[in-house]
Amino acid sequence: MTERLVVNPIECDGHGACAELLPEMITLDEWGYPIVDGRPVPPALDRDARAAVSACPTLALRLLRS
Amino acid sequence: MTTAMRGTSAEGTATDLPRLLPASQQPQEWHAHAARYGGRVPFRGAPGRLIPDVREAGLTGRGGAAFPVHRKLEAVLDAATSRRKTAVVIGNGAESEPASDKDATLLWLAPHLVLDGLQLAAEAVGADQAILYTHADRRHDVGRRLEQALTQRRQAGVERVTVQLAQAPPRFLSGQETAVVNHLGGGPSIPTFIPPRPSERGFDGAPTLVQNAETLAHLALIARHGPRWFRQVGTAAEPGSTLCTIRRADGTARVTEVPLGMPLRDLLGPVTLDGAVLIGGYHGTWLPVAQAVQLTLDNHALQAAGARVGAGIVITLPPDSCGIAETARVVRYLALESAGQCGPCLNGLPRMAAALAELAGARPRRQARADLERWAGLVTGRGACHHPDGTARLVRSALVTFAAELDRHGRGRCSGTNPRPFLPVPRAQARTEEDWT
Amino acid sequence: MLANVRGIDSTTALWYASRATGVVALLLLTAVLLLGILVTRQGRLPGLPRFAVTGLHRNLSLLAVAFVAVHVLTAVTDGYVNIPLTAAVVPLASPYEPLALGLGAVSLDITIAVIATSLLRRHLSRRVWRAVHLLAYASWPVAWLHSITASSDMRHGWMFALAIGTALAVVAAVIWRLAAAARDVPRAERVGLLMSAVHGAHGRERTTRR
Repeated sequence: MTERLVVNPIECDGHGACAELLPEMITLDEWGYPIVDGRPVPPALDRDARAAVSACPTLALRLLRS
Repeated sequence: MTTAMRGTSAEGTATDLPRLLPASQQPQEWHAHAARYGGRVPFRGAPGRLIPDVREAGLTGRGGAAFPVHRKLEAVLDAATSRRKTAVVIGNGAESEPASDKDATLLWLAPHLVLDGLQLAAEAVGADQAILYTHADRRHDVGRRLEQALTQRRQAGVERVTVQLAQAPPRFLSGQETAVVNHLGGGPSIPTFIPPRPSERGFDGAPTLVQNAETLAHLALIARHGPRWFRQVGTAAEPGSTLCTIRRADGTARVTEVPLGMPLRDLLGPVTLDGAVLIGGYHGTWLPVAQAVQLTLDNHALQAAGARVGAGIVITLPPDSCGIAETARVVRYLALESAGQCGPCLNGLPRMAAALAELAGARPRRQARADLERWAGLVTGRGACHHPDGTARLVRSALVTFAAELDRHGRGRCSGTNPRPFLPVPRAQARTEEDWT
Repeated sequence: MLANVRGIDSTTALWYASRATGVVALLLLTAVLLLGILVTRQGRLPGLPRFAVTGLHRNLSLLAVAFVAVHVLTAVTDGYVNIPLTAAVVPLASPYEPLALGLGAVSLDITIAVIATSLLRRHLSRRVWRAVHLLAYASWPVAWLHSITASSDMRHGWMFALAIGTALAVVAAVIWRLAAAARDVPRAERVGLLMSAVHGAHGRERTTRR
């Protein structure tokens, strides 16, 4: 089972917590909104990905099974 | 007109174009429709039975995305079966692209073909209600025509599922699939996030089929004549015909039905080889005429040039118009039509519009071009809908196709001698939440 | 005995423990509310990354729950006054200080709902979670009133100053948040506003030679 990070851009307000917790897969654009790597989350980053998801204040970041 | 129609049997004229529009270009009332196509809607008797024919025909959505219709039908039917919730069908005639007129023309001239398709789609997915969603009064009073058509059909006793008519606000994103469902459900007419797909959970939480009006008309003919008939025109990979809105450099516009795979050379009419054409509308692609005349109107051929058929809009830029200035006007409109929901679209599109406005003027800053290219990359794929992607596609193609013109602007010159705007751009803009209702 | 001088012995230990944990719980809940109010796009704590604010908000809330639990259990277990366990969650169920303890019960109920929905946050829609979460704004003043009314200590001296201090901090933070919300542009107006902003920056239509 692989999981991918998906951001709901409508909910996202650009708090930026996710990029601090998972810089390997999430960077912020020049307006502070996340650019998310849509590839499957490697096992080594699984914990950080979960932390990033739960840190999102607007519930915009999710891990979707693919 | 009617007698002429009766003189030709439906089978005999089946492979001739136009298939959808009446040859007379006169609105087709019920009796004329019945004479041409038969006065019976060819129901199959049970949900799902039409789907194999649609698969074999290879019909794709004519709203712009060209998604295989049978897969959508299957998805809605599957969701309805597994969730034990009756499906809903929405016919989407809310053609919001200002340069397009094909759905409005079809609904005006051949409403019964669309309504036949709506009934058949409803049967195919087992729906018990259908909605036809349109811009009621763009050029013609389509709303009134459809009401009359529905009355005629009820009198003829061909309606199984009740059809409701609903009206879309005059906004660019009104026809976007999730915006349609959102608006019909009582919300603003702006896109929502996927998942859930409307086919899973759409109108009123039910599995919902949203299908473009022209697609429904093709569906009605496939149900009558079968998939082999449908494939008699078009290419093997992209069979059938498609409605196109052709805008020529002389300012004339017409809606015509052509086979997919038709050479663009034949579609464009008289052109100058150093000119430019816009394929696919305002979410489409600028191409040099010299390149376009080598291509055919199908996604396979256009893909190689970075273009798509989209909703079948083909526009030739007049030789005395400035392509940058025209694109700048369109992008300004597209930016103002953003729902402002997604950060990248909200921030990117207005900046792209401003940079293009600068490039359309004399001696723009060198930085403007680089900014534009960066922002186009930055917004792509990052909205809930494809509005930022389509806008970025248009902008990038303009930077390539009008590269020489951009250099000219850098030197303070412009080859556009005619300051009159060419591409149709509405003035309206959403200022309050009510503009989306 | 030193403890006896201060009034703490085996019969009053629970009572004192309850009062002490109550005060700490109020301070913790205040901190949690302040941190929660700070979680906006602009809100940052100097020297702390963004995720630390939400992390602290979350962890302190769990710590506060632990203190509230001890606070309630010690008060119930203590035999000096009769407080039934039900009074912890059912308002007016206590024969002793029904009104003051009732406020505590209301506040605890809301807090439980807020924490439970947050723990289940992943499975809820943002709308549901947020609607419940906003109740925290109601829960804190009720908890504060409970502190003031249930404890005479809180109404005097440095404890009173502390209570007033927390109230002022919360009021100030709420005003800051409301001001930030007032600056929020309605969805339909955002694009137009940004449009005029960026066009003003360097976009004056320059005329081209035609």
